[in-house]
Amino acid sequence: MSTPAVARPLTLGREASPARREWLAFLRRLTRRRTALFGLVVVALVVVAALAAPWLVVFDPIQQDLDGRLKPPGTRSDTGSVHLLGTDHLGRDLLARIVFGARPALLVGVAAVAISGVLGMLVGLLAGYFGGKMDDLLMRLADIQLAFPFILLAIAVIGVLGPSLQTIIVVIGVSSWVVYARVVRGTVLTLREREFVQAALALGGRDGRVILRHILPNAFTPWLVVATLDMARVIVIESALSFLGLGVQPPSPTWGGMLADGRVYISTAWWLATFPGLAILVTVLGINLFGDGLRDTLDPRLKV
Amino acid sequence: MKVYLLRRLWQSLVVLLGVSFVVFFILHLTGDPAAVLLPPEATAEDLREFRERMGFNDPFIVQYGRFLKGALRGDFGESIRHGEPAFDLVIERMPATFELSGAALALALCIAIPAGIVSAVRRNSALDYVSTTVALLGQSMPTFWLGIMLILLFSVQWNLLPSSGRGTWPHLILPAVTLGLFTTARIARLTRSGMLEVLNQDYIRTARAKGVNDPPVVWKHALKNAAIPIVTIVGIELGTLLGGSVITETIFAWPGVGRLSVQAIANRDYPVVQAAVFLLSTTFVIVNLLVDLVYTYLDPRIRLR
Repeated sequence: MSTPAVARPLTLGREASPARREWLAFLRRLTRRRTALFGLVVVALVVVAALAAPWLVVFDPIQQDLDGRLKPPGTRSDTGSVHLLGTDHLGRDLLARIVFGARPALLVGVAAVAISGVLGMLVGLLAGYFGGKMDDLLMRLADIQLAFPFILLAIAVIGVLGPSLQTIIVVIGVSSWVVYARVVRGTVLTLREREFVQAALALGGRDGRVILRHILPNAFTPWLVVATLDMARVIVIESALSFLGLGVQPPSPTWGGMLADGRVYISTAWWLATFPGLAILVTVLGINLFGDGLRDTLDPRLKV
Repeated sequence: MKVYLLRRLWQSLVVLLGVSFVVFFILHLTGDPAAVLLPPEATAEDLREFRERMGFNDPFIVQYGRFLKGALRGDFGESIRHGEPAFDLVIERMPATFELSGAALALALCIAIPAGIVSAVRRNSALDYVSTTVALLGQSMPTFWLGIMLILLFSVQWNLLPSSGRGTWPHLILPAVTLGLFTTARIARLTRSGMLEVLNQDYIRTARAKGVNDPPVVWKHALKNAAIPIVTIVGIELGTLLGGSVITETIFAWPGVGRLSVQAIANRDYPVVQAAVFLLSTTFVIVNLLVDLVYTYLDPRIRLR
């Protein structure tokens, strides 16, 4: 005779709650997509590089060496270490600067996405849930926001306020909420008609509680997909602003700033502009691949 | 139909009013527009006099009213650097920006739509893989890096194409490719997914079951329905192109509004910046209104509303 069947669910219940099981199934489906897994690995590597930068590189990213200017990749320095990606116009090690440049890129990416994500979620919830006048007003605001050529508005505002890390984060964050708002609004519009929401309302649930308990958790998935893909866009914008001299100020290394330096030496030192751009490309590609995988796993019909 | 058009027109006007307020507000972000407009070495006496002369001491709403009245007549004040009306400076450079954005958009449509259709129809073929990979790379590549790499290869290494300026056809090639790649990638991906969705619909299966051959199914039945989201994205992508022209024009020394604005911001020439932001945004709003007109033609459901 086998052991009584009743005993099994009791022990299993602790090990794998439904939420946990769902989460594991999701992870398995996500990592089964090879491109998504590749994207995740790339993003993880960039994050590790940013966090562990001081321990990863041999050279100081802002230490100048005017005798060792514009050395091509693979040149051995006086100390015996090799400049794997060469040196820039002030003799600084390119690899060290690229590794350290991951910091502002990711910091701006995460912080700006957090601001615009929360803002957009709020607008989307209000517009979708209450509809009517509120919806009209908020969607007109979205139209106004969309009408601006983004980079131009950003550089105009940063030009007035003066460039700094905080300014960049706030400017990008405050002006990128529309995508989130539109996606969340669309989701809320359909959720509002669903039985469980109608039931919660019929039972006398107050608006705030219905939104928090029933709508928000279900609007979270599309929001997450948008946030991931938008992070890629924000990192490109951060580097574009640095490229125009309106990002984090020198001597701190930024990918965009390095590209701007490299542009000046384009005919004599190709590596200067090539490698920082590759760093941006690989990072953004990784995020895009991961984001695409996330969308295909969570919500294949989402149009973002 | 008429009601729909009137409503869209009214919405566009409201959006432009909002745009004008933001453009006005840019100068007031720090709370002291005089300090933004005057050089840093201006004395307190200069500032006071300037504030008085420009009316910066008036109530906020009065100042905005004055700005709006000026903007409607194309008066954004004089360029601090050039001494000419800011509006004229921007308008002079508009054709160059339109030429560049137009070329980029044309390039994008000519490549992206066929690529997207082929990808969808021959799904999982080698062509599909190549096209989706290129599209993914194009969407991940920063414009300014692409521009610099193109200059490195085509101007510095091979000496084939000019790297700066405007005038002849060869001058247009590198900037248009640079500006257009991201949009090409976006439209190609959208066309592919749109076509895939439509090709799975019942009416396509019906058409095929009736014995309609492949080309007519793709062109007459599928593309017409997949075109609607493509038309929408074209309107939105025009915003990306106008904004992206800021960077592309800077890299290629293209004498358009984008480059003018970047220079104006460096020179703290804010009347020019305001005029540029306002006029580019207005262009975007007008184009999207036109896109909606095309829309009513493509999708009769909207016409009948």
